[in-house]
Amino acid sequence: MTTTATVYGHAGESVPIEIGGMTIALRSHDRSFREQIAHRYSGFVGNTRLAQFEFDVDLYEPSEPAPADDGLKVRTEEGDWLLQRGDFRARWNPDARRGYIRQANNPYACDSLLRIVHTLILARQGGFLVHAASAIRGGKAFIFSGVSGAGKTTISRLAPPDVTLLTDEISYVRREGDQYLAFGTPFAGELGRVGENQSAPIAGFFLLGKGLQNRIEPVNPVEGIQRLLRNILFFAEDPALVKLIFQSACQFASSVPIERLVFFPDQRVWEFIR
Amino acid sequence: MAERYIARGLEVAARMLGDEMMVMSTTDSTFFTLNAVATVIWEAADGRTPLSEIVAIKICKEFDVDQERAQRGADRFVDELSQHGILLVSEHPLVQSSTSPESR
Repeated sequence: MTTTATVYGHAGESVPIEIGGMTIALRSHDRSFREQIAHRYSGFVGNTRLAQFEFDVDLYEPSEPAPADDGLKVRTEEGDWLLQRGDFRARWNPDARRGYIRQANNPYACDSLLRIVHTLILARQGGFLVHAASAIRGGKAFIFSGVSGAGKTTISRLAPPDVTLLTDEISYVRREGDQYLAFGTPFAGELGRVGENQSAPIAGFFLLGKGLQNRIEPVNPVEGIQRLLRNILFFAEDPALVKLIFQSACQFASSVPIERLVFFPDQRVWEFIR
Repeated sequence: MAERYIARGLEVAARMLGDEMMVMSTTDSTFFTLNAVATVIWEAADGRTPLSEIVAIKICKEFDVDQERAQRGADRFVDELSQHGILLVSEHPLVQSSTSPESR
């Protein structure tokens, strides 16, 4: 991946968040906000000089809790991406590598902003964010995908000590050459802890299901792609990008085995993950 | 019923996998898996060939099925996919709307 080194403004006012090898700097004059962000993304704070994108953050005091991503609108206007939800409004120009966000003074809007920006960039690179836990074992990454309640947090919690958890909620998949890599993310689910900022080639993608015995079952390739598509995060109302996501899912499925992992919630399930 | 012409929609992603065609609307993410007969209709949807001709030449001969039954099935298939913009339907040729299947 090509990294563009750019120095933005005063480094001391930026918090550079590095996820998936890409750094997005959040710039705010509010010191307590910067400290809050740095704490939330602990382990993912990178180098401001290596930031590929920067957002100026303008804060206001929230009057009500942050809504879910469902109310989100993501669209293009004159070359800019416009991102809007109840608690934030952002404009981002990918070519200029700069953006602006006016948001409630809480870290949830930043979470959403980072997820959206990463999905938009990854879509053009053959990668994606997916609702899934992921982990590294023996130098190989494994992804465990499913809707809420499928067992993402459970399987993460059961991981033995030699396993490095990348996330229990949102996995980061990037294509590099002929292989796919999984990266750790700070987007935590019920486990309540950020992943490790590491990466490894993906050796398996599992559709999670709970059962009385642990077993791995083959999945029809079409079903695999359909299930993968259902779990990929994508917010933009942009048919061209949706087409890219479809192609990425097909390409991914032709490179990485997609199987169903039926598991009983105890540590023995990890004997299957090697 | 008047003659119908069909063309693949513009906001559609499609890919052949094995002997099945996966088709997805990029506007509402509706996903279809086409069987062998439906795939033949999909591939023949060039906006110029009447549906009845596709049925007679491509379906009846290749799948050994009678015209009336094949036409009913084709009409149902076309109606369903056209509701999602995956197929465009007209009583007149739709040459300009034809697109090529991707990544075959």
